[in-house]
Amino acid sequence: MKSMFKLLRRHDKVQDGLKRSRESWFARVTQIVQRSRLDETLLEELEELLISADVGVATTAQIIERVRDKAEAQRLTDTSDAIELLKQEMVSLLSAKGTSIHSGQPPASGGPLVILAMGVNGVGKTTSVAKLAHYFKEQGNRVILAASDTFRAAAIDQLQAWGQRVGVDVIAHNPGGDPAAIAYDALEAARARGANVVLIDTAGRLHTKLNLMEEMKKITRVLSRLDPEAPHETILILDATTGQNGLAQARSFTEAMGCTGVFLAKLDGTARGGIVVAIVQELGLPVLFIGTGEAVEDMAPFDPGEFVEELFSPIS
Amino acid sequence: MFESLSEKLTAVFSRLSGKGRLTEKEVDEGLREVRLALLEADVNFRVARDFVQKVRERAVGSQVLESLSPGQQIVKIVNEELIVILGGESSKLVGSDHSPSVLMLAGLQGSGKTTTAAKLALHLKRDGHKVLLVAADLRRLAAVEQLETLGRQLDVPVYSEASDSSALNVCRRGVQKAKDIGAAWVILDTGGRLHIDDEMMEELEEIKKATSPSELLLVVDSMTGQDAVNSAQSFNERIGLTGLIMSKMDGDARGGAALSITQVTGLPVKFIGTGERAEALEAFHPDRLASRILGMGDILTLVERAQENMDQERAKEMERKIRSATFNLEDFLEQLHQIKRMGPLSQVLEMIPGFSSLSKRMSPEDLDGDHMKSLEAIVYSMTPKERRNPDILNGSRRRRIASGSGTTPQQVNQLLNQFRQMQKMMKQMSSGKMPRGIRSMFG
Ligand SMILES: Nc1nc2c(ncn2[C@@H]2O[C@H](COP(=O)(O)OP(=O)(O)OP(=O)(O)O)[C@@H](O)[C@H]2O)c(=O)[nH]1
Ligand SMILES: [Mg+2]
Repeated sequence: MKSMFKLLRRHDKVQDGLKRSRESWFARVTQIVQRSRLDETLLEELEELLISADVGVATTAQIIERVRDKAEAQRLTDTSDAIELLKQEMVSLLSAKGTSIHSGQPPASGGPLVILAMGVNGVGKTTSVAKLAHYFKEQGNRVILAASDTFRAAAIDQLQAWGQRVGVDVIAHNPGGDPAAIAYDALEAARARGANVVLIDTAGRLHTKLNLMEEMKKITRVLSRLDPEAPHETILILDATTGQNGLAQARSFTEAMGCTGVFLAKLDGTARGGIVVAIVQELGLPVLFIGTGEAVEDMAPFDPGEFVEELFSPIS
Repeated sequence: MFESLSEKLTAVFSRLSGKGRLTEKEVDEGLREVRLALLEADVNFRVARDFVQKVRERAVGSQVLESLSPGQQIVKIVNEELIVILGGESSKLVGSDHSPSVLMLAGLQGSGKTTTAAKLALHLKRDGHKVLLVAADLRRLAAVEQLETLGRQLDVPVYSEASDSSALNVCRRGVQKAKDIGAAWVILDTGGRLHIDDEMMEELEEIKKATSPSELLLVVDSMTGQDAVNSAQSFNERIGLTGLIMSKMDGDARGGAALSITQVTGLPVKFIGTGERAEALEAFHPDRLASRILGMGDILTLVERAQENMDQERAKEMERKIRSATFNLEDFLEQLHQIKRMGPLSQVLEMIPGFSSLSKRMSPEDLDGDHMKSLEAIVYSMTPKERRNPDILNGSRRRRIASGSGTTPQQVNQLLNQFRQMQKMMKQMSSGKMPRGIRSMFG
């Protein structure tokens, strides 16, 4: 698998623009480093840096507070030490929770691994499902897709086109069909065909629409007739440009579906996706993958070290 | 966990309003909280800083601090400045002098362009125009099919070509087609792209050059964070926008992106998207959004929606009741019933002064389902006399009502408190202190 680090550098055509925007970012970091002393002003500037990456006021304050305490305890006076400390702090926060999903291992109960993708409208669910299908297939798994977005116009066609491109089967009914029934059929088909990963694409829904959230729970209920543990992973797809609302999204989807992790899509733009830091801090959800473009190859397992490095450095 | 911007600001300023005089230091403390609240609402950090600076300049050094109600004065300034940034007046779509007028959409991936294209088509169609939709997103799989399906549903023609065509050609020939069929408006749905992707931005430039749109609107997801300013600015510098459409405003996003972008680019927000249905497109009113942000309700939208959904007679009656503030709990109940038909109650309540905080504390499910039933039950368990004169409801009456309606005394109290609050707000409005919206409420 390509490393996340390389992926972010891969896009030649977006290089220039990305460079520009990250350079101005870097200029600020450099400015900060050049301050001679670790003082309140420095901490304030670091605070602003995190806030402008969408980490959010509360989470930023907590992180900076920890850095302040540690810097005091260790009697650090050097600015670069403080920045190192901040990076470490963020890496350890983002590494807190492990996951076994990257290996595509079957659940303990045996049977196919069932993964459900969910999120608000337009965040990149369908594309990310295609990416995951490609990823698991590359690992030698047999993958089946469930077209459970029966609501949005042409959503089924979209997933079917991806299925063809990636070379995996897609289980679909007609538009307006029952999303839960499709997921059920897909799991049955997976068993019959000896597939070991089932990926369910669901309709985009705002986390505030309780009836739509309720509707999604039905997928779990119906699947449990075949496998009481399914879906084994319920992944929230999050758009990296999302601001503080991402936390509300994560909270609601966790309440409704017991979210098991986050797929951070669209990290190839200038947005830094710092809201995942708040999500990890507040909800303890692991970040599982990142998406960095529109093609199926444009994804990688999330790497906390590289993510934080990216947050603080320009593209070279 | 996180309070909304409006709740935050309301809390900050009711504290400030409670004080007689304010020192500069106190003002700074209050403004610090304003800045944090703005940041939490995803207002860009630079914009938030400038905003607070501006408010401070106006507050300190004027007579504000010596006035009798400095807190209120500052709220007034904040409100005014919000409206200034949001663009003052609401603006309309501009056509060209020769048909067809071209409306071109641009935006990041997933911002909601295709849905918005369909909404605009319906909007223009309802205004009596003949419209053609052009499916120029050839990159995202099945984007063309999506627009075609939406067009069929709305009975609006869609121009499309095979996927090996180019977006430029589709747009060019689409506009020609619009001319041929005598359409007044043609809407170009382009593919989503990153502002830093030179190649794709060039494509937009070419489409613009070839079709000379009179409107070039950027569709922005209202949930966007700090980066909103970067992308909007790049789009604007590169292709020259005429305005913005904020999508997905029906969620609980705090809409800071709208504030940041309008401040930095000077572009007006022309519409907001408030749902997935094609009807869910609303004209943007800066003063209303400002008051929504401040949690002061949006009586005008409410009345408009009432007019759309009820016959004129009842709408007038409703407006009269809301404005005259003479209504009692019986009217209150009847109103809840009427309001319910205007859309999800949770959304409608946001617009009633004094009710936005209530609707935030309750889930939409509560509002639209069980809670509605218990509200009804509470009012039905009152005697007619009690309904008309809630002031007589003492402790024992409240307990009786609670047990009669299968609720708790707390729930009864909550209902009464909200009712009082609403009554108070309405009294203020009707006494002429608040003739239009809420602006003058601070004066
Ligand atoms: N640049 C970039 N674009 C992406 C990425 N992931 C998805 N997209 C694009 O985002 C847009 C929306 O993606 P979809 O996968 O259709 O999103 P969705 O969440 O399934 O959308 P709905 O089903 O309509 O709610 C498409 O144009 C995708 O190509 C990514 O990592 N980077
Ligand atoms: Mg989808």
